[in-house]
Amino acid sequence: MEYQNIFTTVQPVGPAGMGVPLPRGDWRRSGKPFFIHLLGRIGNAQIGPVYLGGLGVASLVFGTLAFNIIGFNMLASVDWNPLQLIRQLFWLALEPPPPAYGLSFPPLAQGGWWLIVGFLLTTSMILWWVRTYRRARQLGLGTHIAWAFAAAIWLYLVCGFFRPIMMGSWSEAVPFGIWPHLDWVSALSIRHGNLFYNPFHALSIVFLYGSVLLFAMHGATILAVSRYGGEREIEQIVDRGTASERAALFWRWTMGFNATMESIHRWAWWFAVLCPLVGGIGILLTGPVVDNWYLWSVKHHVVPMYPQVFPNTIDPALMGVKP
Amino acid sequence: MSANVFRHRVLPAMAGLVFAVLLAGCERPPTTSIQNGFRGTGMEQVNNPRKDAILVAKNQAPAPADAASPDGPKARDVYQNVKVLGHLSVAEFTRHMTSITEWVAPQEGCAYCHNLQNLADDSKYTKVIARRMVEMTQHLNADWKNHVGATGVTCYTCHRGNPVPQQVWYAPPDRKYAENSVMGDLAGQNLASASVGGTSLPFDPFTPYLLEDKPIRVIGDKALKWTGNAANRTTTKQAEHTYALMVHMSNSLGVNCTFCHNTRNFQSWNEAPPQRMTAFHGIRMARDLNVAYLEPLTKSFPAERLGPKGDVAKVNCATCHQGINMPLLGAQMAKNHPELLAAFKEPAMPAGAAAEPVAGEAKPGGEAPAAQRVEAAPK
Repeated sequence: MEYQNIFTTVQPVGPAGMGVPLPRGDWRRSGKPFFIHLLGRIGNAQIGPVYLGGLGVASLVFGTLAFNIIGFNMLASVDWNPLQLIRQLFWLALEPPPPAYGLSFPPLAQGGWWLIVGFLLTTSMILWWVRTYRRARQLGLGTHIAWAFAAAIWLYLVCGFFRPIMMGSWSEAVPFGIWPHLDWVSALSIRHGNLFYNPFHALSIVFLYGSVLLFAMHGATILAVSRYGGEREIEQIVDRGTASERAALFWRWTMGFNATMESIHRWAWWFAVLCPLVGGIGILLTGPVVDNWYLWSVKHHVVPMYPQVFPNTIDPALMGVKP
Repeated sequence: MSANVFRHRVLPAMAGLVFAVLLAGCERPPTTSIQNGFRGTGMEQVNNPRKDAILVAKNQAPAPADAASPDGPKARDVYQNVKVLGHLSVAEFTRHMTSITEWVAPQEGCAYCHNLQNLADDSKYTKVIARRMVEMTQHLNADWKNHVGATGVTCYTCHRGNPVPQQVWYAPPDRKYAENSVMGDLAGQNLASASVGGTSLPFDPFTPYLLEDKPIRVIGDKALKWTGNAANRTTTKQAEHTYALMVHMSNSLGVNCTFCHNTRNFQSWNEAPPQRMTAFHGIRMARDLNVAYLEPLTKSFPAERLGPKGDVAKVNCATCHQGINMPLLGAQMAKNHPELLAAFKEPAMPAGAAAEPVAGEAKPGGEAPAAQRVEAAPK
């Protein structure tokens, strides 16, 4: 019964683990480790120590600067009223420059801050990426996490850097704001004739929803066999146990095919990575190559045609009215 | 607190609270949906019957005044300084004055526009404006039939018993510290704005489209990127502005996008419901009224009636529609007020006789009648 709970009910508590010794030239890990019982219910109860390192510090400095510049611009946009900053936080944004500035550096008050923040945030993320790569190497791991993170950075750079450059204008980039960046997505889709007809967008959604489905299937499978030690996945990979056999049987019985203890994680990694990867390709084509995805899809015979149910209306612009 | 109390009382209570907060902004079910296109294409209108009931109650047209006899002496022969409605009989003219008082200034009465010592006196600005608004209504009913159809409008369509219609727009104020500020550029958007349905879209979609005639269309007619003159150079930011105007229209009319568009292909006319044509002309009508009638009146208004930037109150879709796709639920008010259906034109007279339309005579604000139409509406 102890494995039927959505929380981890078994919490072995011992002396804090400090991890493996690090080679010369690395920083010392900072912070004295401590335990939080509630966190132990969803993960490891031990907090810290953290390896900060030069890259981590640099990344945090750039990131904090970007965060603060965005925040102060938002605060200024509501006339320095802190209550309005909280109330309208999801509405506020740091907006890229107007189209007139093209790819030049605009005045600070008209998107200059946006360009600065873009640089700071990108630097911060790339430093953090190098940090994940280096830490993985130091621990003797593969660099799968770094490359998965790189897929996300790719999409970020496509939206905020590569595509605007190909369009010749920073104004095409994404604003830094919660609702405003979603408005940008909608406007981009409308401007380019409905992004749902972009096959790369469709693929990206396949991988997004596919990731969710795989995550649910894998999580459920492992939880279901955890009573047979299924959560000790690595052992099960090396020495197939009854948990692994039962999980495999379940899927072979229900859908004829099963992933293995090894391959399910490749499924998960590729689905997650391909989501932003193909999404980024789709966004990069939107504008620089394809102007109207609906018409592109009509051209390629993938748009279903429905019976005409409305009386025929003719665009008044064709009859001489200025549109 | 024991672990059991935490698990069985506190956790569910916290989860319930989070759930309630997350749903606090939603309208409660049930809603109704009405299909308005081919099945399976998502062409439907979603309505909340409880909100609709409130709207229906708020949008009832008043009963018309009893008809007046067209016989007897003309108003222009009995009264002085009657410039627009002088062709009416005194009875009709009085009926109109009574109705306009009911529609526009029911609390304030005749004195809202008239100097009660001398009803012909033009010293009150409201009288000058009202005369011009009668002309505007005549113009609208006569020349914008492609938007208002045979239903037409009366003063009540916008005013609803208020001297200033409740749903008008002004140019939005600048930020308090906008001048010389290097931070906090709004770029005309990114605030929770009622004008665009509480979204963070550009909060003034009216100035570019309902006053100026900036291009509204952003979608290109070619699949691939094109070069030269055929290239579609509209930007994503322009699309945001168009989107903002469309949200305003959707909000003002209480309809979904699919009321006028087939949303899989927003630009298409032959896949779109016919309502899009009405809306197309509505945009131009609002622009015409703002440019030809309202803006020229700016100097006639006292400062307290002007917006934060000193501009006159202007119309948008909400001014008439007020949440309903057919203002006042399509009530046929105007047909009971033929004096508002068109400007009076003297019957054709022998050469030499004055035959200038009455509407051309009164020009408060100083504009010429030729400026009344910014563009030809297709007949």
